[in-house]
Amino acid sequence: MDEGRPIFQQIAERVENDILSGALSEEAQVPSTNEFAMYYRINPATAGKGVNLLVEQGILYKRRGIGMFVATGARDRITTRRRELFVLEYIAPMLAEAASLGITPDHLTQLIKTQLIDTQLIDNQLSEKETR
Amino acid sequence: MNSQTPVIQVDGLSRTYRDVSALTDVTFSLQPGIICGLLGRNGAGKTTLMRMLTGQEFPSAGSARVFGEDPVENSTVLQQMCFVSEGQRYPDGYQARHVLAGAPWFFANWDAAFADDLVGKFRLPLKRDVRKLSRGQQSALGVILGLASRAPVTIFDEPYLGLDAVARHTFYDTLLADYAEQPRTVLLSTHLIDEVSNLLEHVLVLDEGRLLLDQSAESLRGSASAVAGRAGDVDSFAEGREVLHRDTLGGLATVTISGRLSAADHRAAVAAGLEVAPVSFQQLIVDLTTPSTPRSAVASAVYE
Repeated sequence: MDEGRPIFQQIAERVENDILSGALSEEAQVPSTNEFAMYYRINPATAGKGVNLLVEQGILYKRRGIGMFVATGARDRITTRRRELFVLEYIAPMLAEAASLGITPDHLTQLIKTQLIDTQLIDNQLSEKETR
Repeated sequence: MNSQTPVIQVDGLSRTYRDVSALTDVTFSLQPGIICGLLGRNGAGKTTLMRMLTGQEFPSAGSARVFGEDPVENSTVLQQMCFVSEGQRYPDGYQARHVLAGAPWFFANWDAAFADDLVGKFRLPLKRDVRKLSRGQQSALGVILGLASRAPVTIFDEPYLGLDAVARHTFYDTLLADYAEQPRTVLLSTHLIDEVSNLLEHVLVLDEGRLLLDQSAESLRGSASAVAGRAGDVDSFAEGREVLHRDTLGGLATVTISGRLSAADHRAAVAAGLEVAPVSFQQLIVDLTTPSTPRSAVASAVYE
């Protein structure tokens, strides 16, 4: 757990990550509040707050007496919101740092493209090795 | 959610021993079914408060009520409470099995099977004189009593002196599992703040007999930030904010600032070349209860 942020937010994020990665598929049952509390060694009320946050956002829904499930469309909803956050959390700080280092926007675009090509080359080499 | 009747209600509670005041005008209330941490330095008044809640000590002023009643010599209230005190004494020749056998007389909800299970988990020798048990084994006995009593109000005073890391984690896991199944009010005093902070829902902090904090653990988390950098830059950023603590190293300074920093504050700090880091729960309590040199005095010393 990260010290600076409320734990219930971090729990909600971890569930979202599992939905994004496909570890939790839509309409799958998620662990109970108490199971989350035990697993992360946190207060059950805190775990409940994290889960309820996702219920309010329509990511999870409750079936009375049965448990908590991933809503249909949850993955898209999370992706949309995370894309908005991506600008704030990654692009904006990157631009600020680039400016402080005197990297021009054109140079930055070039750097991103080069990095992308390098990553693709490495990926291709790896997959070629695997197929051999 | 409608608010429930508090299970513990403390009003203007004070306790003085001759000319020493152990507690001064402490007022708070606890809702039922929460795990609350009672934090503070040695001699802050934690044990005194716990003893008054369990009717073992009389208030000099004010009142302590549990289930709406005065706990002193009140068997209906005391049967619903379990107080695991640090360094509990037992009669000569008393073995752990005697302590566990006597427990049902004191605790209405005592669960003997659960106690047996815990004896195994903590590897507690049952047929040894309690006085000859190691410090950790004595703590384990206390923890077993506290958990298996399933008392609606369970009070642990430094429950794990001498307990090894494995046994402490067994305690946290068992407490959480059992609390999840049978919610009850748990008041826990501890110095191992980082280890338990995630278990707590509410936090009370005592300092020199006064109640310094009474708030939810969630609101306390991230409620302070450490800002570090060149002393001049740090101080101009800290201007007009509440500074809890200040450290200096040559021309560098680190201040702990109370209150959440906004995204704009963060950007301003970073733009000024400062480093911003969250302050851990334990560090925050330490900063709050450390007598700090007045900021102006430190500042003038640095600039001389």
